[in-house]
Amino acid sequence: MKLSENWLREWVNPNAPIQKIAHRLIMGGLELEIEPAVDTLPEGVVVGCIVSAEKHPQADRLQVCDVDVGTGETLQIVCGAPNARPGIKVPCARVGARLPGGMEITQAKLRGVDSAGMLCSAKELSLSDKSDGLLELDTQAKPGQPITEYLNLQDNVLNLEITPNRGDCLSVLGLARDVAALFDVNLKRPNLPAAVVVGDQRLRVDVEDVETCPTYSGRIISKIRSTARTPDWMRERLRRSGLRCINPVVDITNYVMLELGQPLHAFDRDKLRGSIGVRRARAGEQITVLTGEALSLNHGELLITDDSGPIALAGVMGGKDSGVTETTTTIFLESACFAPTAIIGTARRHKLTSDASYRYERGVDPALHRTAIDRASQLIAEICGGEIHPIAQAGRTQPDPISIRLRHARLNDLLGCEIPAKRVEALLARLNIVTRNEVGGVWLTRIPSYRYDLRIEVDLIEEVARLHGYDDIPARPYAAALAPSRPPESRRTLDGARAVLSARGWQETISLAFVDPSLQTLLAPDTPSVKLDNPIAENLSAMRTTLWPGLIQSWLHNRQRQINRMRLYETGVCFADIDGTVHETSRISGLAVGNAIPEQWGAPDRPVDFYDVKAELTALFAPDDAEYRFEASTNPALHPGRCARILRGGQTVGWLGELHPRVVQHLDVPQVPVLFEIDWSAVASTRVPAAQALSEFPSSRRDLAVVVDEAVTADQLLDCIRAAGGTQLRRAFVFDIYRGEAVGNACKSVALGLIFNDYSRTLTVEDIDAATADVVGSLTQQLRAVIRQ
Amino acid sequence: MTDQLEQLLQSAQTAVSTATESRVLEQLRVDLLGKKGSITEQMKQLGTLQGYERKAFGERINKVKSAVAELIEARARTLADADLQAKLAAERIDVTLPGRGDSSGGLHPITRTINRMRQLFGELGFESVEGPEIEDDFHNFTALNIPELHPARAMQDTFYVMNAVRVLRTHTSPVQIRTMQQRQPPIRIICPGRVFRCDSDRTHSPMFHQVEGLYVAEKVTFADMKYDLQMFHSRFFEREVEVRLRPSFFPFTEPSAEMDIKDEKGRWLEVGGCGMVHPKVFEAVGIDPERYTGYAFGMGVERLAMLRYGVDDLRLFFNNDMRFLEQFK
Repeated sequence: MKLSENWLREWVNPNAPIQKIAHRLIMGGLELEIEPAVDTLPEGVVVGCIVSAEKHPQADRLQVCDVDVGTGETLQIVCGAPNARPGIKVPCARVGARLPGGMEITQAKLRGVDSAGMLCSAKELSLSDKSDGLLELDTQAKPGQPITEYLNLQDNVLNLEITPNRGDCLSVLGLARDVAALFDVNLKRPNLPAAVVVGDQRLRVDVEDVETCPTYSGRIISKIRSTARTPDWMRERLRRSGLRCINPVVDITNYVMLELGQPLHAFDRDKLRGSIGVRRARAGEQITVLTGEALSLNHGELLITDDSGPIALAGVMGGKDSGVTETTTTIFLESACFAPTAIIGTARRHKLTSDASYRYERGVDPALHRTAIDRASQLIAEICGGEIHPIAQAGRTQPDPISIRLRHARLNDLLGCEIPAKRVEALLARLNIVTRNEVGGVWLTRIPSYRYDLRIEVDLIEEVARLHGYDDIPARPYAAALAPSRPPESRRTLDGARAVLSARGWQETISLAFVDPSLQTLLAPDTPSVKLDNPIAENLSAMRTTLWPGLIQSWLHNRQRQINRMRLYETGVCFADIDGTVHETSRISGLAVGNAIPEQWGAPDRPVDFYDVKAELTALFAPDDAEYRFEASTNPALHPGRCARILRGGQTVGWLGELHPRVVQHLDVPQVPVLFEIDWSAVASTRVPAAQALSEFPSSRRDLAVVVDEAVTADQLLDCIRAAGGTQLRRAFVFDIYRGEAVGNACKSVALGLIFNDYSRTLTVEDIDAATADVVGSLTQQLRAVIRQ
Repeated sequence: MTDQLEQLLQSAQTAVSTATESRVLEQLRVDLLGKKGSITEQMKQLGTLQGYERKAFGERINKVKSAVAELIEARARTLADADLQAKLAAERIDVTLPGRGDSSGGLHPITRTINRMRQLFGELGFESVEGPEIEDDFHNFTALNIPELHPARAMQDTFYVMNAVRVLRTHTSPVQIRTMQQRQPPIRIICPGRVFRCDSDRTHSPMFHQVEGLYVAEKVTFADMKYDLQMFHSRFFEREVEVRLRPSFFPFTEPSAEMDIKDEKGRWLEVGGCGMVHPKVFEAVGIDPERYTGYAFGMGVERLAMLRYGVDDLRLFFNNDMRFLEQFK
């Protein structure tokens, strides 16, 4: 909401510059910015009256005007505006004037005719972004008066951002009340002349439910002059509030809404049939609102009706057919209080917002409607002429009083400082909250009708704190009596995992949790994703079921920036829609692409492969790495021959493999990344180390070379060895693989290292020979291995 | 005979001192001092001598012998030393070439920031708690005193899923709700995590991170909140940071405040919101609002990271450009 500073100062005028008022308001909970009413004040521009306007002898589009600028003699000014005509008052920039845009006015000759100045449009005075023709002023404007003075341009605009609880501040009156409270000064209620009722026409008004419409007032004003014009002072205030001028009646209702906070609506009386009602919509009813939009009403929207049906969406927008136009001569002026809950659903459902609904949603003072209708009636009579008729009213005449108890001790306990009782009472009094002492340090307070936000004790505590000043509540160190909480040692943290990967050369990334469904479907066609009902864009419309789409996007983003080697990882939640239930799993995933190690001088270049990344996982799984198994398997995202399912205790905990060639082709990139994804919850548990005794005796190593079928896996060999190697076999490992003519087609020679050791003695050659023979026997039998000599 | 010995010594001296290889030197040793070496041969002449002469000659030979042996040894040491020097010179490497293998990776600046916040709040006794990112209406709104028909709902642009039955959490406050449902006070937690709002432009990301905090116990006060927030910000920025609380409105706290900090240029910057837990929130989770009070706060992690590390564009955080991320190794 925007309001003029000068307007505000008519209602409350603390002895402080506007910056100080702004600061006090900000520190009182009302955010705002201060802007000047016009960027630069025009200099040397005065009210001028066009006395005569003759066609320019040399130019069809120009006129030569004689302009009275109050000096006793007229100025000859050439003007190109189509609306220049005798009798109108316009801003006149005299020779020597400087316009806000920086333009200086000099004596000129236009197509051979002398011109002693320039007649101005609103745009030229920087009052508007665009304008067609001269800015026409009130006929009463006095020629010669400086325009800055006439339009009161030495002003600022307060651009306020009012929080939803402070609907009471959405007007000059409301803001002035808070300024008065913050500065502890009195509100200057300007003398608003009372409306003089002269007629006796009224429309019958009925309210179906006072819970939705506590009160409704309306009155007829007849014999309105259609030639009336909204006066310049009002136009300027509306402009500074960002409102467009429409016609005098609508402008006046807007003006009073800004001034007092009461939304008003004017109907064209001659378009109404019978009596006025306030009721819920019946299913299937329709209304065409001012914007021209036809709405179907199916949710019990609150309506204003006449005998023909809906004439307005109560508190939101009037109907198109019943609105006032240039030809309206009799109006029915509405001033009502609608309950916030009756309005908010309607505005949101039909995506309509108006200055009225904005205020009703936040609460309009139920005691204001009569003051406001009188104020508007009087202004209409003053500006448009017309006869004012009596008010017809329905609903409650007086709002129910609201009382709240406030305990002094509770206030001090919550704020953590001592605010004396006298000060509490004084602060509340500034807000027109009346306090009455009860026993035991308790006040019974009476809340003004406009403070919808004050309903419970803590609301009052906040008000006291706000006026007392948050800055004046001291920070207080305290001794917290809290048992420290520490996660168990057997639980690994994601932080720990991130530290491992980052230390090993992996860069953490963070991607949006919504991804392109087409890429995701390619990677994980079988996981039903959670779809956003209202995505920002189609390519951000599915919640990720895997972290791979984000990693792939990051890879491609960097690839386009000539970065070819990456090791990226991300931790985060993935989502799946399993039979209508959202399942969230915390994952850690990575993507490695490019050279195995950064391109350099000391080692041959080769692309990263499965085993490079597997080593990273082994590091990540330590110290429980022995519990994990990698099993050849298939995953739609991964190369079927280079893909492992990762198991821990028989449970799938993740995947590792090369990106599927089909996906690589789809992405159209010449590189093949290796990807992994681990379900964090399945790997987070670890063991607390239990120390083992160390052997004091030397260990012995035996190497074996066995030829086996290609299909025999390293795990099969090692499992077989461990099973047959006896209790003294400490470790078995593969240290070489050879394929070639010497071992035959579809076979491979695997070199295995066996380490033997005992805790009680040095093993003899015979011991080791015997154990090795067992291993060889088992390998031969179970895996048809042939020992290579 | 003595002259002969003298000649032998002289030629040995010349030969040894000009030997440039240990192999040559070894040959000289054999030729001079070996069993059939020329000096050893001189011993044979001892038989032709008698008495004093024999003794004197014997001593003389031994002297020459040991002198030659010493010469050879000294020369050997010199040669060995030269060999070593040559070997060391040959083995010289360029120590300025880069090391082999990978350098370190790094944490994302958001993770780095959250980790610091966790640690600093941890030292103030806050435990870090996490919760679901897809929430129901109750935990994200209703329990936080944001009823369906309230203008406050419009303050947060919500992403809906599952036919609007569920939402992407708009703040991490639901984690506070869940914690209060599960535990009795005292509760002192922070809730870091991803949050989502249906808003995307230069200064808004549809996904961002928050750290929210909650302290509920008997007699928790607004003054306590001020203290903790001042402590945190001064530690986070590693200087005395002025924190300003400015009255505001949040449905879940009352009194509520916007939290501003003063930057080094003296400007106030908004970094989050805070306030005393609203009694309706306590009622929603079954905590007695008469017995317990509490405060809650929320901060934007991106905002703090931008201030701390001088990042000027929010979008840099989520497109994962390596040139940006590598600056936070």
